[in-house]
Amino acid sequence: MSFQPSEVKALFPILQQNVNGHPLVYLDSAATSQKPRQVIEAVKQYYEHDNANVHRGVHTLGTRATDAYEGAREKVARFINARSASEIIFTRGTTTGINTVAMSYARAFCREGDEIVVTPMEHHANLIPWQQAAKATGATLKHLPLNDDGSVDVSGAASVITEKTKLVAISHLSNVLGVVNPVEEIITLAHSKGAKVLLDGAQSAPHMKIDVQKLDCDFYAFSGHKMCGPTGIGALYGKKELLDSMEPAEFGGEMIDFVDLYDASWKETPWRFEAGTPNISGAVGLGAAIDFLSEIGMNNIEAHDRKLAEYAYDKLSAFEGIEVYGPKNGRSSLVTFNLLDVHPHDVATVLDSDGIAIRAGHHCCQPLMRWLKVSATARASFYLYNDEDDIDRLIESLQRTKEFFGHAIG
Amino acid sequence: MQLDDLYRRVIMDHYKTPRNQGEIDSNAVTIDLNNPTCGDRISLQMEIEDGVVKQAKFRGEGCSISMASASMMTEAVKGKKLDEALAMADKFSEMMKGASVTFDEYEDIEALTGVSKFPARIKCATLAWNALRKGVAEHKD
Repeated sequence: MSFQPSEVKALFPILQQNVNGHPLVYLDSAATSQKPRQVIEAVKQYYEHDNANVHRGVHTLGTRATDAYEGAREKVARFINARSASEIIFTRGTTTGINTVAMSYARAFCREGDEIVVTPMEHHANLIPWQQAAKATGATLKHLPLNDDGSVDVSGAASVITEKTKLVAISHLSNVLGVVNPVEEIITLAHSKGAKVLLDGAQSAPHMKIDVQKLDCDFYAFSGHKMCGPTGIGALYGKKELLDSMEPAEFGGEMIDFVDLYDASWKETPWRFEAGTPNISGAVGLGAAIDFLSEIGMNNIEAHDRKLAEYAYDKLSAFEGIEVYGPKNGRSSLVTFNLLDVHPHDVATVLDSDGIAIRAGHHCCQPLMRWLKVSATARASFYLYNDEDDIDRLIESLQRTKEFFGHAIG
Repeated sequence: MQLDDLYRRVIMDHYKTPRNQGEIDSNAVTIDLNNPTCGDRISLQMEIEDGVVKQAKFRGEGCSISMASASMMTEAVKGKKLDEALAMADKFSEMMKGASVTFDEYEDIEALTGVSKFPARIKCATLAWNALRKGVAEHKD
């Protein structure tokens, strides 16, 4: 690891505070990450100096705003190694990116008899758009099988992904199981059957070096706010020829070429998918976040986040009375668990009283909760500003939780 | 922030040994309610006769606060007229907003007063009472 988490932590203003009388330990980055000063400053700088609408008007501020917005698109393209910035659509986040593909690709090209394939571990955002697209087109929704430890059963995938498959949508890194899915194998298999593949990159973009050309995925959707950027901005990557074949799902200003009283034509990709005034300051903030992460190095961040996940997995697995979910190997950035006989909400409340922020609930994965045979779980997730001391504090506080409820409910 | 304000002994007692857990066989009003943000759920059944709650039972999954609250609510509304039950639900809402109220009908409920200091947990405590409100409304329809 070539960076010091404590030095990185010092760059995040929000992390310099006490919560309920204790130094804040933020272990909920899978829900949203915190923002470093330079991202906050970039957004402030934009509003104080450059703010104007983009792609219109000839005044100086308009040019600066357009340059900032399109410059951010270039940064996103380099960050995931797209062939060009024209393959990057700015969205509100992963959810919007997936919905765009569901509306403009799946609903347009799927027919009765076609199949859309997902997995039982998908976030609702990568499940419901496909359920709806299947209902609307008469296509069938299918699920890849999982192994007992929750990982995708790659050998079983061959019987689900067939010539009928039009599209496979799968999370790159599960937000509950913490496992990095074998997407290379899935993509190769899907392409051999003529199917396209969308990767839900909400959790992988913040924690892994992404190369969409090497992965050869057809679509890749991710969010800015989970990778040190602002909320309300994200990006959808799509192979140029696919984006060019798709009709927009939203219409209005900014996305048009020529408008008549009864008809209109669209701009080229990516702008045809960006109707209305976009989130310009968000794109600027995302660009700043990409600069920040790139300076530290995504390979370094990936190594750090994998190491923390491993450390936490080992500590939690050794904790008597704790059940850990998901495979031991191949995980990154988070661990999901339950303290037996204590509901995760109660666990989260006790941890909060110790200044530790974790997530408790179904994590927008109700089908996976049923697969795990639980109603809810606790999740600790890590990022570049966390270190092993944070996990030790989590473990100490869990010990206190266990004792507290041991006494309380006997 | 004192945990003991939230997790009073009475609450833990209801969580550990919930009252009125189960189903009612007769033609009871049945309400299934869940808390979509966290996954807590309750299935409440009430036998209502001549405007009086004869019996109330529940099944559910959730945290100590939501299950203890369901246990207390079902215990409190038994034998109460519908408008009395609704008045209690209103009083409970006031308590969750921080008002100082008493529950002479069933004092255990007052132990939940500390929840008002934990905004993230208020929806846990109100789930059962929301089910009650919905059940009464459906019965009246």
